[in-house]
Amino acid sequence: MRIGTGFIAAILLGAFWGIVWMIVVGLVFTLFSGQSTAPPLAIAALAGAVGAAIYALSPVKTRDRPKSRGPRVQATMVIAIFAILMLLTFGEPFGLSLAYTTGPQLIALAVFLVALWWSIVAALHDQSSGNLARYHLEVIFLRFMKGLGLTIFTIVVALPFYVMVMTSFKSQQSLISNPLDLSIDLSQGLSGLFSSYIELFTVYSFGTFLMNSAIVSVATVIITLAFAVPGAYAVARLNFPGQAFLSRSILLIYMVPAIVLVIPLYSVFSQVGLRNSLVGLMIVYPATTIPVALYMLQGYFRGLPSELEEAGLMDGLKRPGVILKITLPLALPALASVALYVFMIAWNEFLFAFMFLDDVSMFTLSRGVVSLNSSEVPRQHLMAGAVIATVPVLFIFLWFERFLVAGLTAGSVKG
Amino acid sequence: MSDMTDKAETTPTPPRTYGRMAKREMRFAYSMLAPTFLIVLAIVLLPLVANFWISFKPVTLSDLRPPELNINERLRGDLVEAGDTAELEYRLRNTSQKASIYEAGFVDIIPDGLEVTGLDERCTLSGRELTCTLGDLPEKFRDRIRLQVIADTAYLTSPVEPRDNPAEAFGRSDNILTNFQFTLDNFSRIFSSPDFWKVLRVTFYYTVFGTASALVLGLFAAQLLNQSFKGRSVLRGLFLFPYVAPVIAVAFTWIILLDPYSGTLNALLVRSGMIGAPIDFFGQRDVDISIFGLTFQFPVALTTVIAFEAWRYFPLSFLFILARMQALSTDVYEAAEIDGATPLQQFWYISLPQLVGILAVLFLLRFIWTFNKFDDIFLLTGGAAGTRTLTVDVYEQAFAVSNLGAGAAVAVVVFVVLLVFSLIFFKFSPQDDG
Repeated sequence: MRIGTGFIAAILLGAFWGIVWMIVVGLVFTLFSGQSTAPPLAIAALAGAVGAAIYALSPVKTRDRPKSRGPRVQATMVIAIFAILMLLTFGEPFGLSLAYTTGPQLIALAVFLVALWWSIVAALHDQSSGNLARYHLEVIFLRFMKGLGLTIFTIVVALPFYVMVMTSFKSQQSLISNPLDLSIDLSQGLSGLFSSYIELFTVYSFGTFLMNSAIVSVATVIITLAFAVPGAYAVARLNFPGQAFLSRSILLIYMVPAIVLVIPLYSVFSQVGLRNSLVGLMIVYPATTIPVALYMLQGYFRGLPSELEEAGLMDGLKRPGVILKITLPLALPALASVALYVFMIAWNEFLFAFMFLDDVSMFTLSRGVVSLNSSEVPRQHLMAGAVIATVPVLFIFLWFERFLVAGLTAGSVKG
Repeated sequence: MSDMTDKAETTPTPPRTYGRMAKREMRFAYSMLAPTFLIVLAIVLLPLVANFWISFKPVTLSDLRPPELNINERLRGDLVEAGDTAELEYRLRNTSQKASIYEAGFVDIIPDGLEVTGLDERCTLSGRELTCTLGDLPEKFRDRIRLQVIADTAYLTSPVEPRDNPAEAFGRSDNILTNFQFTLDNFSRIFSSPDFWKVLRVTFYYTVFGTASALVLGLFAAQLLNQSFKGRSVLRGLFLFPYVAPVIAVAFTWIILLDPYSGTLNALLVRSGMIGAPIDFFGQRDVDISIFGLTFQFPVALTTVIAFEAWRYFPLSFLFILARMQALSTDVYEAAEIDGATPLQQFWYISLPQLVGILAVLFLLRFIWTFNKFDDIFLLTGGAAGTRTLTVDVYEQAFAVSNLGAGAAVAVVVFVVLLVFSLIFFKFSPQDDG
């Protein structure tokens, strides 16, 4: 029961975590239930501080005291937090009578208690309440910052995606009447819930857009690999004058901004009739992705042991045979990651699709979603379009994440 | 990038003359690189040069359609019996409002069964092929050519619309894109406009702050995920979402999230009492903020766009910094621990110095790519409310004002500034490999 800097640090930590979890749980509760809350931050801070104090004042667990800071102390802490919160808010833990949306409120309360309990235990379990050295104070501070950072990053990254998906299930009126209500009304049935999606596919021909995007992206991947594999092999393995210069300048080509190419390409494509066609895109996309694909692949090819290829050459294989029978099978993971990467670039591309395509039957998804951005189209349609454009690429990304991350960091490129 | 330096160090200098094997290998290498070289030349390097070319020309969007001789043919008069006469009329028009067509004319096939009796003096008939030469046609030129024809029974039993077999026009027109008329008007126009310097300032502001904040966020995120804990791989996947999702999807989501009237964020801020009235994040140019009696204008829309940029691109720096962090050896940290270095000291004196290399490379790369960025700002604000950058200006000049030449001139500025940065990058990149 020593009271020193460790005790002060524990109180501060508990208070901050009380505030953070009250804000986070209140926000999540509001977004899920549509009920606006008035989170009592000061009371949450007090509850957190008292809870942390109770925990910190119990001696640190050692071999002599194996039961210290065990379930009893932790239960006391949680009950104290709960009691302070309930008593000082007069039974309204989120500034909202428990009579409204009782179930979700109770769940939110439980989440708050568990989160606060866990944060305090995780940060203080090996710290005493006496005077602490700078090292240990920093440890407590960094544990708090790390938890806070993870929470904020997760919310900031996930919130827009959550809003995107939920908005697509709502109707314009309910969105405007209460922008905080992102709950799903399951009573309208599946067809009511997915009405925006159904309308996009039946009225706005999103099936065609999806098809166009798929055709252009897959064709881009095939064409890019067909060009980049021999090129990368030549740059990585063969000796020829200008090789060093080439391998260094490939990335520079990738730095040429698309916006500089748009005006000349637009002019020429307009005159030769390639502008309003998917073929035009299938020429432009590979041309812009080949340098980066070549750069990534040549890195992989260099990493492969050349002895295998030399053995192949000794055994009488010609160079093309060596590439097909030895190099490519070995570089299969690299090919997969480059292919996925190029696919993502082509699928997400906006500028050229926007500039080149006028005819609705030619639209890719990017271009199609942009065409939904008007005051006549309700915004849940726009968000449903965004979801349709995002889902395939996110799906592929999650499926092949390891490949992609390896590919990205190995190639060390792309904006 | 290490590969490039390794290569330069390990390969001996090539011999002066090439042996037969070396020559064959060389030819093989060139043949494998030729397709790549050709497509990059055609779609990247030529347009780059063409952009310079266009920037010196007074070209507008409407000039892209070259002047054409438009021909509309029809048969006037009823053909009921054999021997009836009718008139075959060609209406001619120059589609251009300001360009002439030189040595123009057209060729047409007279339908079987029609005999031409009255021939216009500009036309000659050989067999069934009618050729009319019209000479030079000025802009807005309109004329008609009429021929008398007599129908026979064969025609009457199976009449052919003359229009089914359209006349083919010929002629030469001056294509503004290919002629040798050059002017500096585009450049003098963009440089003399006061907006241009504002755009340039906004571009640098956006690029510097967008790059720096994406990098700092990435460093933070990497630091957070460097230690292993449960759910780390899930969070790593989640943190990459903003970068992987299509720009159109996330841009429109942000627009809806930040909408002043029905956006979730504004509703949250207003109801929690943090702000009095909703903020139009993407529509408000700036807001006065006074600190200690000093009032300055805070650019709202531009800051929001920069925040988006940081949000969308922090995953990339996060990924690279994390990869680098995990490659750092743990021995140093153990030694520092024994010596009593605190966690913050370890980060400051051990981690950061080792990360400077990758941070520098990432800064330069991201700087160049942010400078090039068009989609994000264009989708978020369309360049309104003081967020117009050079790339958006290219689009505005070329397609919104439909002055291709001026747009190309701005694009030249983009490219020149970029070239300078690329050279800097080129100078620094081989020294450190991330």
